[in-house]
Amino acid sequence: MLLLTPEDIQAILLSLKVALTATILSLPLGFATAWLMVFRSFRGKMLLEVLVNLPLTLPPVVIGYFLLLMLGRNGWAGKFLDAWGIQIVFTWKAAVIASAAVGFPLLVRSIRLGMESIDRQLIQASRSLGARWFDTLLTVVLPLSIRGILAGSSLMFARSLGEFGATIIVAGNIPGLTQTIPLAIYDYASSPSSTMMALSLCIVAVAISVLVLFLHEMLGRNLEKKESL
Amino acid sequence: MRLQIDVVKTQGNFTLQAAASVEGRRTGIFGQSGCGKSTLVHLISGLLQPDRGEIVLDDLTLFSSVKKISLPPEQRRIAIVFQQAMLFPHLGVKANLLYGYKRCNTANRRIDPQAIIDVLQLEPLMKRGVNRLSGGERQRVALGRAVLSNPRLLLMDEPLSALDDALRFQIIPYLKSVSAEFGIPYLFISHSVLEMQLMTDRILVMKEGKITEETTPDQLARNRMAGSQTGYINLLTLKNPVMESGLYRYPWGTGELLISNGQPGESSLFELTSRDIILFKQHPEAISARNLLECTVRELFRSDGRVGVVLAVHNETLVAEIVRSAAEELDITEGSTLFAAIKASSFRRLN
Repeated sequence: MLLLTPEDIQAILLSLKVALTATILSLPLGFATAWLMVFRSFRGKMLLEVLVNLPLTLPPVVIGYFLLLMLGRNGWAGKFLDAWGIQIVFTWKAAVIASAAVGFPLLVRSIRLGMESIDRQLIQASRSLGARWFDTLLTVVLPLSIRGILAGSSLMFARSLGEFGATIIVAGNIPGLTQTIPLAIYDYASSPSSTMMALSLCIVAVAISVLVLFLHEMLGRNLEKKESL
Repeated sequence: MRLQIDVVKTQGNFTLQAAASVEGRRTGIFGQSGCGKSTLVHLISGLLQPDRGEIVLDDLTLFSSVKKISLPPEQRRIAIVFQQAMLFPHLGVKANLLYGYKRCNTANRRIDPQAIIDVLQLEPLMKRGVNRLSGGERQRVALGRAVLSNPRLLLMDEPLSALDDALRFQIIPYLKSVSAEFGIPYLFISHSVLEMQLMTDRILVMKEGKITEETTPDQLARNRMAGSQTGYINLLTLKNPVMESGLYRYPWGTGELLISNGQPGESSLFELTSRDIILFKQHPEAISARNLLECTVRELFRSDGRVGVVLAVHNETLVAEIVRSAAEELDITEGSTLFAAIKASSFRRLN
């Protein structure tokens, strides 16, 4: 049976909120980045590629530390935001940024795969039929990369739920405020008496992950059905 | 339609250097694959930019490196029919058809969607998803979609190459009628001499990135007679045959032709290669070939080692092909009378 304290429930809700916000905020940027990488040739493309993929290979703790330096009181972004009265570090917003940074490459990769499978002649057909490039982007490229977008979003959402290393550094581990599921489990795991509590949260994490994967599969199948009509 | 083109485009180690000026509603671009036909299509439609040069369609400059003009594809109003239909897989037949129409300026909308649906017989397809169409149906929808964008010019980039023979000759009448009925000029790109004969009046021949000659479909077929596997293809449109002891007797010019693979009623298109016509100097008394035609030699032409004999018969024209030694032996000259024997089974029905 599940043993969940009010704090645990808060952690679960916070996790969902952080993962969802990070995914939604990253989507437009991820789409644009993937588009740039697939359809445009420009100088510094390789550099962009390396930068986008860097979080995949860097330890999340390192990302978290860089974010802390950047967003902290003395960081350049931190100073700028401070002037506007916005505090990021050690709030749930920092957890969103940490999740976004870590999950972004996964999102871009999936959208890219989707876009690369689009026949270039479809785009040419659209242009020659009188569509401007932005029109083509919205009416041909976007709908045809929807599977990639869906796959990328699910992946990123799931990755954000599990984000630990970067989050603990830049957002801290404040129960009720910035404590997400992994951080709460980490707390429980350090005291031997809370095994059941830790296990309960683990079960919740598994349940959410399974649910996300199911949802992803179902949406994917629906799309497939629609396409074969 | 008048198209003036003088462009240079280098891609990798291939350079296209094309200069030509053509006029007419039915123009062909002929060449083997890899000769730069598709690159030329991309340059004209604006999907690719020439390195330098100028492209002018009627009075509109589409591209000019000197005047620094380069219209984007959506402003050129040049629609493309690709080899594969390239229908948008996420849209239905109707949305595909109307994709260009919706984006066409109201002032330029001359063609009514319903008219196209009727001409191309698309009504039964309207409710279907594009992934449930056959190859020929897809190509018809693609053609309708291109025409409904009300283009100034239609670029047909090997639109028949992906179809099998039977379908090809089903689609050709649609291609012709759409252009004729709605007055849209086209550039027809292909490597098939037969398609050129069926679809075009003037032809630009391309070779290794250059436009090497401007010619007519008949001249093209004559030039390529000896080299081609099928010789010169005579095309005959015949109708209303009478069945007679297992054969079809078709009226042809002022005479008749006996054909084994005919079909009753509506007009049929037949091809007869120049190699299936046997010429006699005198009337052969008994012969198994069912067609023996008395004809006059109107013209002789050379094609590599072969001689093409243009025959006037029953107020019609046929081209026969013989080797040079045969021409000398038979002493064929312009104006001489010959007998042409053609087997009833040599006529191949195309539709």
